[in-house]
Amino acid sequence: MPVRDSVTIVGASLAGLRAAETLRRDGFEGRLTLIGDEPHVPYDRPPLSKQLLAGDWDVDRISLSQPERMAGLDLDLRLGQRATALDVPAHTVDIEGVAEGYDGLLIATGARCRTLPGTEGIAGVHTLRTLDDGIAIRDALRSGSRRVVVVGAGFIGAEVAATALGYGLPVTLVEALPVPMGRVLGDTVGDVVAGVHVDNGMDLRCGVGVDEVCGTDRVESVRLSDGAVVEADLVVVGIGVVPNTEWLQGSGLTVDDGVLCDETCLAAPDVTAAGDVARWPNPRYGEVMRVEHWDNAVEQGAHAARRLMLSDEEAEPFSPVPWFWSDQYDRKVQMAGRPRADDEVSVVDGSFEERRFTAIYGRDGRLTAVFGMNRPRQVMQYRGLLERGASWSEALEFARDQT
Amino acid sequence: MRIVVDYDLCESNAICMQIAPDVFEVRDDDFLYVLNETPGEDRRAVMDEAAQRCPKQAIRVED
Ligand SMILES: Cc1cc2nc3c(=O)[nH]c(=O)nc-3n(C[C@H](O)[C@H](O)[C@H](O)COP(=O)(O)OP(=O)(O)OC[C@H]3O[C@@H](n4cnc5c(N)ncnc54)[C@H](O)[C@@H]3O)c2cc1C
Ligand code: SF4
Repeated sequence: MPVRDSVTIVGASLAGLRAAETLRRDGFEGRLTLIGDEPHVPYDRPPLSKQLLAGDWDVDRISLSQPERMAGLDLDLRLGQRATALDVPAHTVDIEGVAEGYDGLLIATGARCRTLPGTEGIAGVHTLRTLDDGIAIRDALRSGSRRVVVVGAGFIGAEVAATALGYGLPVTLVEALPVPMGRVLGDTVGDVVAGVHVDNGMDLRCGVGVDEVCGTDRVESVRLSDGAVVEADLVVVGIGVVPNTEWLQGSGLTVDDGVLCDETCLAAPDVTAAGDVARWPNPRYGEVMRVEHWDNAVEQGAHAARRLMLSDEEAEPFSPVPWFWSDQYDRKVQMAGRPRADDEVSVVDGSFEERRFTAIYGRDGRLTAVFGMNRPRQVMQYRGLLERGASWSEALEFARDQT
Repeated sequence: MRIVVDYDLCESNAICMQIAPDVFEVRDDDFLYVLNETPGEDRRAVMDEAAQRCPKQAIRVED
């Protein structure tokens, strides 16, 4: 087992903090440095589009740890500081331009929002990734915004749009795909998700893009690709994220839509990566993937931390079944697995009409995924089957036994 | 050590149950039951892990 006196974790958010907690839980007693460029103590992002945006929760409720617990980790915690370069052979990382040595380094710098070109400098146009973003959008919703346009009906866009409707404002949700999240959920289940929006009074426009965000210094309207012009004084853009890897230029690491790792989350000798920034071959799927879900940041953070303490012989591959949730209106949506849009879909309990159901996905005789609307316990049961690599007929049999 | 669950936050996804089935149980009625609110000190690491992996931040481990 490699001897390590010091571990540095770059990125003080979910993956980074859970990595630090794992190291201490496993008995690591050396120097543990956690560096993050945000000024805040590590906080949880999912509430940013939900309870925080709705005004139900205050900022102090979203912290990822209690102060006593943080203190117990005995961290060298550097908030508001940015890592600017990495030298793998020399084992140094530059923090605010000053080189510091490490024995083991974990990269957890996450991702940031993609923006709509041409909207820089137009007030009232936002993206949502950080606490500061969340507060800015919440304050706009609270203080007299009259019409909202959300661009992109992925999870975050859909949640923001749903929360904005809760303020009693007219909201238009614009999605380029014909069916929201159709690429992930397939059209059948995606249509149900669209139905939930419409039931709740959303002005949902699918199959259209955004041609222009209009307004000189403040946003006034959004012009869509079908020619429609929608008035708006608040626009939230949710069109995906890009991994934060610029600081790794010249480090010798392979950066290609994320930090490329091996199966065990190792990016270079004594360097691992985890969370939204990491790309690795998941042996379960024989596919190189980058996963942007909460649970993956937790699991991979722990895995990448432990990897630093293991020799190459001891190291194990990271082979999770991806899993996420999303809360929209009063519906709790969850999905586990890796479906393709044209997989077979079977509803195994509940119904689309009730907006309460479990649907399983299959291909080539295998179970590939499960989706649940207000069915969290059931999704986890099928996730267990996915972890075991269950066949389609096994999954159907399991479903029959449940009823 | 005392385990406190905020049932308003909990969504019964049973992640904690996979980690410590002797302490957490999500039953067929879709509610989470804490089977042992005061597990022994030897279980602290496992309880911390359950709290850290709960996606809804619904579990608190109090001293
Ligand atoms: C609004 C919102 C809602 C979400 N809701 C859900 C949900 O309901 N369900 C779900 O499964 N997932 C959800 N997610 C996704 C989930 O929050 C992310 O997958 C998770 O935050 C990833 O954690 P991470 O630690 O890998 O990266 P991040 O959380 O992005 O953290 C990376 C940190 O590193 C910092 N950093 C970057 N570069 C540097 C540098 N050079 N030096 C120092 N620090 C640096 C960043 O500022 C940031 O603080 C949501 C995300 C958002 C934004
Ligand atoms: S992990 Fe959290 S949300 Fe899930 S059942 Fe346990 S307490 Fe509830």
